[in-house]
Order: sequence, then C-alpha cells, then structure tokens
Amino acid sequence: MSSNSFAYNEQSGGGEATELGQEATSTISPSGAFGLFSSDLKKNEDLKQMLESNKDSAKLDAMKRIVGMIAKGKNASELFPAVVKNVASKNIEIKKLVYVYLVRYAEEQQDLALLSISTFQRALKDPNQLIRASALRVLSSIRVPIIVPIMMLAIKEASADLSPYVRKNAAHAIQKLYSLDPEQKEMLIEVIEKLLKDKSTLVAGSVVMAFEEVCPDRIDLIHKNYRKLCNLLVDVEEWGQVVIIHMLTRYARTQFVSPWKEDDGLEDNEKNFYESDDEQKEKTDKRKKTYAMDPDHRLLIRNTKPLLQSRNAAVVMAVAQLYWHIAPKSETGIISKSVVRLLRSNREVQYIVLQNIATMSIQRKGMFEPYLKSFYVRSTDPTMIKTLKCYNFLTYVKSQDKQFAAATIQTIGRCATNISEVTDTCLNGLVCLLSNRDEIVVAESVVVIKKLLQMQPAQHGEIIKHMAKLLDSITVPVARASILWLIGENCERVPKIAPDVLRKMAKSFTSEDDLVKLQILNLGAKLYLTNSKQTKLLTQYILNLGKYDQNYDIRDRTRFIRQLIVPNEKSGALSKYAKKIFLAQKPAPLLESPFKDRDHFQLGTLSHTLNAKATGYLELSNWPEVAPDPSVRNVEVIELAKEWTPAGKAKKENSAKKFYSESEEEEDSSDSSSDSESGSGSESGEQGESGEEGDSSEDSSEDSSSGQESESGKFPSKNILWYIPQEKEKKTKQDRNPLTKDVSLLDLDDFNPVSTPVALPTPALSPSLIADLEGLNLSTSSSVISVSTPVFVPMKTHVLLHRMSGKGLAANYYFPRQPCIFGDKMVSVQITLNNTTDQKIENIHIGEKKLPIGMQMHVFNPIDSLEPEGSITVSMGIDFCDSTQTASFQLCTKDDCFNVNIQPPVGELLLPVAMSEKDFKKEQGKLTGMNETSAVIIAAPQNFTPSTILQKVVNVANVGAVPSGQDNIQRFAAKTVHSGSLMLVTVELKEGSTAQLIINTEKTVIGSVLLRELKPVLSQG
Amino acid sequence: MIHSLFLINSSGDIFLEKHWKSVVSRSVCDYFFEAQERATEAENVPPVIPTPHHYLLSVYRHKIFFVAVIQTEVPPLFVIEFLHRVVDTFQDYFGVCSEPVIKDNVVVVYEVLEEMLDNGFPLATESNILKELIKPPTILRTVVNTITGSTNVGDQLPTGQLSVVPWRRTGVKYTNNEAYFDVIEEIDAIIDKSGSTITAEIQGVIDACVKLTGMPDLTLSFMNPRLLDDVSFHPCVRFKRWESERTLSFIPADGSFRLLSYHVSAQNLVAIPVYVKHNISFRDSSSLGRFEITVGPKQTMGKTIEGVMVTSQMPKGVLNMSLTPSQGTHTFDPVTKMLSWDVGKINPQKLPSLKGTMSLQAGASKPDENPTINLQFKIQQLAISGLKVNRLDMYGEKYKPFKGIKYMTKAGKFQVRT
Repeated sequence: MSSNSFAYNEQSGGGEATELGQEATSTISPSGAFGLFSSDLKKNEDLKQMLESNKDSAKLDAMKRIVGMIAKGKNASELFPAVVKNVASKNIEIKKLVYVYLVRYAEEQQDLALLSISTFQRALKDPNQLIRASALRVLSSIRVPIIVPIMMLAIKEASADLSPYVRKNAAHAIQKLYSLDPEQKEMLIEVIEKLLKDKSTLVAGSVVMAFEEVCPDRIDLIHKNYRKLCNLLVDVEEWGQVVIIHMLTRYARTQFVSPWKEDDGLEDNEKNFYESDDEQKEKTDKRKKTYAMDPDHRLLIRNTKPLLQSRNAAVVMAVAQLYWHIAPKSETGIISKSVVRLLRSNREVQYIVLQNIATMSIQRKGMFEPYLKSFYVRSTDPTMIKTLKCYNFLTYVKSQDKQFAAATIQTIGRCATNISEVTDTCLNGLVCLLSNRDEIVVAESVVVIKKLLQMQPAQHGEIIKHMAKLLDSITVPVARASILWLIGENCERVPKIAPDVLRKMAKSFTSEDDLVKLQILNLGAKLYLTNSKQTKLLTQYILNLGKYDQNYDIRDRTRFIRQLIVPNEKSGALSKYAKKIFLAQKPAPLLESPFKDRDHFQLGTLSHTLNAKATGYLELSNWPEVAPDPSVRNVEVIELAKEWTPAGKAKKENSAKKFYSESEEEEDSSDSSSDSESGSGSESGEQGESGEEGDSSEDSSEDSSSGQESESGKFPSKNILWYIPQEKEKKTKQDRNPLTKDVSLLDLDDFNPVSTPVALPTPALSPSLIADLEGLNLSTSSSVISVSTPVFVPMKTHVLLHRMSGKGLAANYYFPRQPCIFGDKMVSVQITLNNTTDQKIENIHIGEKKLPIGMQMHVFNPIDSLEPEGSITVSMGIDFCDSTQTASFQLCTKDDCFNVNIQPPVGELLLPVAMSEKDFKKEQGKLTGMNETSAVIIAAPQNFTPSTILQKVVNVANVGAVPSGQDNIQRFAAKTVHSGSLMLVTVELKEGSTAQLIINTEKTVIGSVLLRELKPVLSQG
Repeated sequence: MIHSLFLINSSGDIFLEKHWKSVVSRSVCDYFFEAQERATEAENVPPVIPTPHHYLLSVYRHKIFFVAVIQTEVPPLFVIEFLHRVVDTFQDYFGVCSEPVIKDNVVVVYEVLEEMLDNGFPLATESNILKELIKPPTILRTVVNTITGSTNVGDQLPTGQLSVVPWRRTGVKYTNNEAYFDVIEEIDAIIDKSGSTITAEIQGVIDACVKLTGMPDLTLSFMNPRLLDDVSFHPCVRFKRWESERTLSFIPADGSFRLLSYHVSAQNLVAIPVYVKHNISFRDSSSLGRFEITVGPKQTMGKTIEGVMVTSQMPKGVLNMSLTPSQGTHTFDPVTKMLSWDVGKINPQKLPSLKGTMSLQAGASKPDENPTINLQFKIQQLAISGLKVNRLDMYGEKYKPFKGIKYMTKAGKFQVRT
C-alpha cells in the first residue's frame, strides 16, 4: 500500500521534488510537533508542501490528489496533520475535500481529529444552512468516541433547527451516533420522537430510517404520527417512501386485525380499484357486519396505491409487499400489473422481482396468470433470469443453454406433479427428451421422470423399458443411478429386462461411479429377493465385487446386503423381513419449488432474496387477534373528523351545528369557519364563507380548544356536536359586555391563567395552518404569524386627565389589547370619561394633535354631552409607530382645551401571536446576534412556577404563550402592532433560583425596553 | 444502509472505493470475484451475494460493476435502484460512464457520491440538485476556475432541496422557451417459425426536454389516453389529475427528464411492422448448410423502416458463413459465432435479403435448434401503438413557449424464431 503511494508521488511530483525538499525543512518545522510521522516525512512531501502553501489553488490541487489516492484505496493517513489544518479553509471546495478526508481517516487518527472539532462547532452556528448541515454531517461521521457528548449536543440542536435540511441531517446523525455509542439510545430516542413529529417531508424518510435502526421496537412512538406519515407519504422523496412503507407494513401488522379471514377471494372486489373511494367505502361498509377494517388501515392502503406508479422500482416493490402483507387478499390483485412492469427494468431488478413473484404466485396461484406472456423467456436474458422464468417450457428445453434447459425440465416436473391433468403431457415431453443427444438434458429428464413415475408407477412399464435401453448410452451417473433404481423398484413389472440389466451392470461394475455402484447393489438385492433363480449368481458376483471396492460406503453396503439377503445361520430374524425392507412402498417425493420456504420472509427484503435471515431483519409479526386500541393514533380530533367522516356525514354535522347556532346570529360565522376546518380542510371556498362576518379572530376560542397540537384537544369526534354550542353559551354570556360591539372579546372567558398556563391562543385560520392540519406542510419556511387573542387583559388604567386639572372632567385610559378596528397598525385605547361636576359637559372632542412624525391617531366621535356623574367609554386608535413616544393631543370640551398625552407602555405595542414551538425556534434562529437581548433574573423559586411567570409576563406585555415541550422554558410570542415584527420572549429557568430572560426581536429598542420592564416584574416576589 | 461502494472493471480491478461508514476492507470483494468466476459471463453474476459479515449487491452497467456493501437488512431493490441512479448521475455529469472518465473525474465523482449518500442513506439524488451543489465539469468552467480561482462547489443549499418541487430550481431563465417531447415506443415481440406472433407488447416512454423560464405548469393531454394500460410517472406528474382526467399535469423538471413510461395493454393487437422470411437449414452428414433471410415491411402506416440490423447467434457447429447481402454489410465472428447484418433502410420495392451457405464442422451432428434472429429497427414519425398527443397547455407563465412533439418506434427485444 504505502509503497504504492510512494510510487504515485514519485511519478507525479518527481520533478519538483528537489526544490521542494529544501523548502520543506524550513516550513515543516512548525508541524514538527507531530514527530510521530517524521519517518514518513519523505513521502508525500510535495503534497504537504502544497497544503502548507498560501495559495488556495495549490491546496486544492493537493487535496484533489489526496482524494484521488483515497478513491484508489491508497493510504494517505500520514498526511492527516497537514490536511486537518485546512479544515477551516475559506475555499468551500477545499473544505469539502478536507471533510472527505477527515471522515475517511479520523477513526485512525483520533487525537488529531479532535483538532478539527471546534471548527465544526463553529460551523454548526453558521447562518448558511448548507454549512450547518455539512458540519453536522462531518462531525457525526467522525467516529471518535470522545466526542460523543458533543455529537449528542449537536444533534439535539440540529433537530430543532429551522432548516428541514439540517433536521434531515440530524436524523442521519442519530444513526451514526447510535452505531458509535449504543449507550446513547435513550437520549437518541427522545430526539427521534421529536423529529417524528416533524411535518417536513424532507425529514420524514430519514427519521423513520433512524427509528428503524435505533428503536424499531418502539412502535408506540409511531401511533401519534401514523396518520401524518400516511398522508405525507406521497410527497416524501422516493427513498424515504421505501423506508416508511416497510415500517408501516410492520406497524400495520401489529396494530390492525387481519383483513384476510372474511375474504373469500371475491373477484368483484378487484374492480374496487377502479371505483372511487366512496364506493369502496360503501363496499367495505357492506361487509362491516363481519369485519370492519380499521379506517387507519384503509388509509394506509389507499395512500400507498398511487405509489405503484412510481418510477422507482424499490418504491413499487415496497408498495407491492405492503399490499401483499396487509391488504385484503382480494385487493392484492392490483399490484401484479405494476410488479410485472418492473420486469422490463434492469436485469438486477428483474432478478429480485422475479424472486418475489415466485413467492407470491406459489401462495396465490393465478395472481399473475394474465401476465403469463411477460414471463416468456428471451434467448438474450441472462441465465439467472431465465432460470427464474421457467414457464413456456418445452420450447426452451431445446435452448442451447443447457444449464437453463435442465432447470426447465425440473420445472416441468414440478408442474406435472402439481397439475395432474398435464402430467401425461409432461411425461411424454420428457420421454421425447430422452432421445435428446445432450446428456445433461437427458439426465435431468431421467431424474424427473423417476420422481414422476414413483408417484404413479403402474402404467408406465413402457417408459421403464425405454429407459433401460437408454442405460447403454447414458453416461451421467445420476441418471444411470436413477434408471437402476427405477428398474429395481419396478422389477416385478419388467421381469425380463431387469435381470438383463443387472447382467450388463455386473460387467461394467468396476468402472461405474460410486453412486451407480450403490444402485447396482440395490438392484441386485431386490432382484435376488424377487427373482432369485435367475439372479442369484449374478448378485453374488456383484456382492463380491463390492466387497473389495475402494469406497468404504460400497463395502459397507455390500456387507449389509449380504447379511440381509443371503440366508445363513446367524442372520435369522432380519432376513425374513428383507423383502419388506427392500421392496417397501416408497412414498413419492414431493417436488417442491425452491421458492416454497421463502414465504415466511417479508417480501422485498434482503432476507427474502437470500432465503436466509439477514442481520437486522425485523420479523413481520402475525396479525393480532384483537386490534390494539386504535385511539392511540388520534392526534387531534379535528383531523380525525376531517379524514374519516365521509362527505355526506360531514354535511349532516354541518347542519347540526347550524341548528345550534341559530340562537345566536353572530356565531354563524365562527361556526362555519370551524366547519371548514373540520369539514374538508382543503376547501378554501368555505373559508370565504367564514369571512363574511369579517372577523376571523372570533373562532379562535374554538380553535384553542380543539386546534392542532393543543394539549386540551383530545375528545372523541362525536363530541364536536355538543362542544361547540357550549362554547357559544359562553359567548352569549360575554356578549353582554358593553365594550364589544364590533370586536368580539368573547374569548376572555376562557382565560384562566393559573389553571391553564397553556391556554394557548391559536391563530385565526390561515391557509398554511390548514395545510398543517392536514399534515401536509411542505417544509416551506412560511412562518405562521397570525394574531391571536390576548391571554390576559390587565384592567390597569392610566390617568389621562385628572379631574382637578380637567375642571371636573376626568379621563382614564387603558389598553384593551384588541386589534384595532380603525387600522391594523394602531393600538386600541379605551378612554373612559367621567363627569365629576354637577353640570353637563358638552361637546367633548379631541382638539389639536401634536404627534411625532409618522404617528397617527384615530379620534373618537365627539360626545355631545355628558351628564353629571355620568361616564362614557370611547375607543380610539393610535399608531405609535412601534415607539414609546408620547402621543400628545388636546381633549376639548365646549369651553376648554386640556393638553393630555398618552405614553404607551412598551408591552402594549404588541399583539400576541400564536405559533408552535417549532416555528418559534425557527424564528428565534433568525433573530440572533444583535437582535437578541438577554438578562439574568434572580428571584425566589416560588416565583418561577410556570403560571406565575405567565401571569407576570402577560401582565406587562401583550404576548401570546407558546406551548413548550420543556418544563423549564417558557416562550411567548408577539408582534409589534405597527410593523408586525416578531417579538419573542423566552424565560428559561436555571438552577439556583435564577432565570434567563431572552428577547429576540428586530426592534431592538423595544426589545431592550421590554427587557427592562420585564426584569423587575419577574424578580419581584 | 449502504456501507461502501466499490467500482470494479471487467478485468477485476477495483478502481474506486468510497466508504460512508467505517472503512470496509476491499478484501470483501474477493467474494464477489469468486462469484464472478463461477458465473462465466459478467451478466450472470448474481446481484446479491452473501458473505459472512456483509452482503454485496451489485449492478453491472457500462462494463463496470458497481458493488455496494451492506451490513444489515435492507430492501435489495432499494440498493439496486440507487446504484442505477448513481450510474445515471455519472452519465448525466460526464456524458458517458466509463472507467477512464470516472478516473479522470475522480474528485467530482467523490464529491457527488458524498452528496448522494449520508451515512448510507440517500440524501440528494435529483440531478438538478446535485448539479447545483457540484457543477459538472466542462472545459470552459475548468479554464475559468483556474483563472478566477472559483470552484465547482456551490456554497448555498440548492433551493430544490427544500422545495415541494425538488426537480426544479427557482429563477430559471431562457431566452428561447421551448418544450420538446419525444414519444418513443419500443416493441417487444417473439415471432415463431411460421411467422405468427407469440407475444408482442409495446413499451413507451415520453422523454421531455423542457427549457422554460420560471415556474410553468404544463398540461399534456392525449387523444387516446385509454390506450395506456400501465404507467409510471416522473414524480412531478400529479397523480390525481391522471386518475380523474387522464391528462398529465406537472411542473416540469428543468432540462431533460423522463416524464412517463407506459405500457400498451396486451389486449390491443400490436401491429408488427416487419416480417422476416427465413430459410435456414442444416443437414446431418453435410458440411454445408443453407442460409437465407429476407426482411420486409408489414404494418408501417406508410413510414419507412430505418436502421435495420439483424443479429443472430449461430450454433457452435458453424465454422464460417459465406453470404451475399442485397444491401448493407454483414459480419460473422467465427469465435463468438455472432452474425450481424447492418441492413439500413428497407425499400419496399426491393426487399433486402442475405443469402449464402454455412460451413459446418465436419462430423458434427446437426444442431438442435435453428438460431434465433434478433431484429433492430427504427421508424420515425410513428408511434406504433397509435398514441397521439392532443395538446400541450402552459399555465403560470406569460410567454408563449415553442412546443414540439416527436414520435418514434424502435424494436425492443424483437426476436424471430426459426
């Protein structure tokens, strides 16, 4: 090896060697630390030189040559120190090649490999997702046990990365880490669990692969994701499809009851596939009395069907095996067409597919009958394909490929035994073949005929005679032995020929093959017993010959037979039974296909192909007697209703809801919009309907209780019917609230900050969310920023105008935290005016406004008069331009003007938004660096319960809670009213009664102000 | 999944190895060589070879064995299909996939392989994405790179990798917007001695070459879609539309790709465009045999049959042949016993024929079977199944693309038994 590489360098770099050698001494000295390799310094010196140079081009050339060496399998490990230095190269191609090198040799040079780790750690934080991903790839590919914790950390981080591509790589890294250190299993399973929830099609395949590798027995992790996986399947990349389908096959076998029992191979069911799904449903319904397929089972079968059309043979085969193993028997028919299509593919594909077809057709004969023609053999097919194609037999027997012909004959034999009607035809065909000049063919025929005759020996005396004649010409030992055996067995039917044959054989005994000799002995013994007159001498002669044979088997057999058949004094008892022993009826052999015993392996697997259990093969379990609880797969009720209610039923539900909602006309809109969610989800038309009333935020309370990922959303689907009316009752109650004429504030009643810390405000329906609900989110990075209802509205009022300074007119204001009806960039302000005088105050209005540039204000309509002791509340909207600047204006009455100003607390410049944890992290990842401010808070532990934190935070700022997977982290999200910039607040509890408060926002000023305001609040007792 | 990949040439040298997990010693290939020895011909090497610790899955293409080493259970088709995809990618990158080309471009090959698999699991197999990551080498680019120092490696994640349409990148621009579709049908048939068809079927593909700006959404409809019995699609085709309307609706991949492959149902009678008249006779105890074949057009719908090529594997006993063709050239290789006759175009007025004698091995008996004749031909402007494209519509973009449809029929595995 090393001499090879030496030669390589000699030849390629010989010219420069001398001048480089001189430089080498000077420049290599810094790397002298790696004294270990000093002995190798001479080799590859030029390469090292190039790697040390300042020019990227030289480095690149060197790396290219090194990669060339790796590719050829030459050892380049001694260059490790020189190469590893370039890991941080700016040039991306060099970098990539260094990665290639590292992955190849890091295992051998663990200590040195550690030098590169920090580079990867840095790259893991790179804003470029490709760099992050490749850093993770290389880091996880370096098989150095010391860095396991670092890998674990990197995987955890990457699994929450915003880029699905990075997450996909994280899924791959899981397997790598697992193979490096299986002890990490539990931690890795956690990551897998998290990634299984991922909705990106990109990630799905890889994480299922990781699942299969790390914890294939943790089927419970799949439950919640089962439907999502089924629905995503079509959009997953093809390789992922294969893995997922195989996994789901196993899953289905454990979770659903067998659909096979009630199936009696109804042919009409084959038509099912050309009917629409609804019709199919009906059909299934009809059979419901006896067996009802789990709708999830059906979902899987239905969703995989289109994949039969895939261009990828592996996918088609995966679907085929899925149908084979889990679909009702009557439905498996559709796969045959697609599977037969695969036969037109490459020879390797043909090979595998034919093996699978063989297994399938043995179990379900006739499945491939319509496609028989496709199995015709072409003389151009490679032998192995031909062997598998044995169908159109007799034509092929003449084929010049004798080996193939022999296989054909065997198949004919099998055919003949299995299908009794054709036995005679086959036998005749085979007998014709006996006259073939080719020995192999004849021999094979004889062997097969022997087996056939054994089954029905009576009628075939003629054939035996014919074969006896052939004995002269056939030289293949197996065939000769077969013929002898046949004659021996049937010696009573051919009394004349048998002794003659024995005579001939006796003559040639010494020159025969061992196999034949044994049969001659047998024949002799049999004849001796049946026809001792003619053959006594002959047999004794043969026995004598056998006695001195070189082969001990034959000597043994001779002795045995002699003792048995030749009567003498000692051998009393046994010889009586000699005839019985030799001429016992032999059971006819079963001619079995070599593919027979493969059926216990899952089709399409390596184990099936090899007919041996491969490492890591996962058994398909048998169907369970009783299906495990199907409700484990219920993720959220809305999805369930959407998918499993046939269209008609959904309509009914719809009208039912209408019925309830008639009492409250305002609710109609919220109703229909929730329908659109539960109904079909994809019909945007209904969405429009919901928009009629204009305000989509109304239905958010319903969403919050039943929406996706909400933890409160688990109730059986039928409950929808009563659930919503109840919801309405609440609303009706709230409607009495005088504040709300146009804007529904009804949701407030749901708020209970202590008991439900995650009473999470869910967004109004946005198209992307609907996609989410369908589980079809296609990894686009469109983040969900939709305003939700406020978690909490503090009733804290601020004084706008004191009654003393307002000559009896007092004005207070507060922030109702509602989207402003006057403009979406405005903050709503409610002003309550009180007349503390004993006279009417007339014409209250807003006078001159002194607003900073850009700030706008929507004034309330002038109030004609305010009775003494009377009070009135008006709402206005102010666009604060996302700043805490003061809005100054004049509040005027008929007689006076008072200068007043409103300075908004920073927390009121926000509107809560609902987002998932994933989205939150995604967004947070975009808002790092200078967009991030943080502070450490110290407070008593009792102040750090989730509910108190929630309360405190929402008290200060109008933010929405984000459901959090971790107990110690709470997240809040909001957007600024004016610009809609995200404001992400994270409170992470640390040990020792400290907490980290992090705010990520583009609006750094507001962010820091908010931080300042939140900090004391949170640290207070 | 896939542990390692070895590329082995026909003389049994491992000329490239790549490992995605721990290094697997190349000695594992010894098992492969053993199998190769046993299987006289390269084609007969079993695609799956079990060894004590590994499994070797191989494909054989372009005279190169691509041997994948795997350790655990995996659907074999998965690996095989992937290996074929690797070969396709190489072909796509370098034009041809051969040992010298791979050796010359070993760095690119390595980079591509690195991107295609991660930990043995496919990462990016769309050539569209790969080409953005690692640009295929061209002479111009090599020159530019050496001057400017830029690289072949993209530093941004290809947009396709994340999008719903991974086969198309964003921001594609062309000055001439064109979309060409080639309907290519192959006819597979076995004709028996008497000239009757034993089996015949048509396999067709529609290869597209689409160079359109932006994100066009195309719809291709057929006059007679019911003809198509069994279809498989490029992932871009919307399956639901096909189910309901029998039209192909898709956002095309950029450049050349196979849109659709189909099979015309065997129920429909397949028109056989050529016939072969043959008279091949061997006689016992004679050292001469007669050989005569004539090729003529049958159902060609008035189109010319071109590129006709007749090959036949003669029995071992044939020593030599002395033949005269009425047109074209013929060769007979006395070692492989392969007769081939390059006929060219068939002129219906003057049918091409090949006549003469065969000299047989003296004393050898007459062969069991007459040789089978394999036929190749091409017919331009004809889809033998009668499939016709009705129209092609484009949505989503404003410009008017140039559209073109070409039909062609070829012989697939077309055999005549004599």
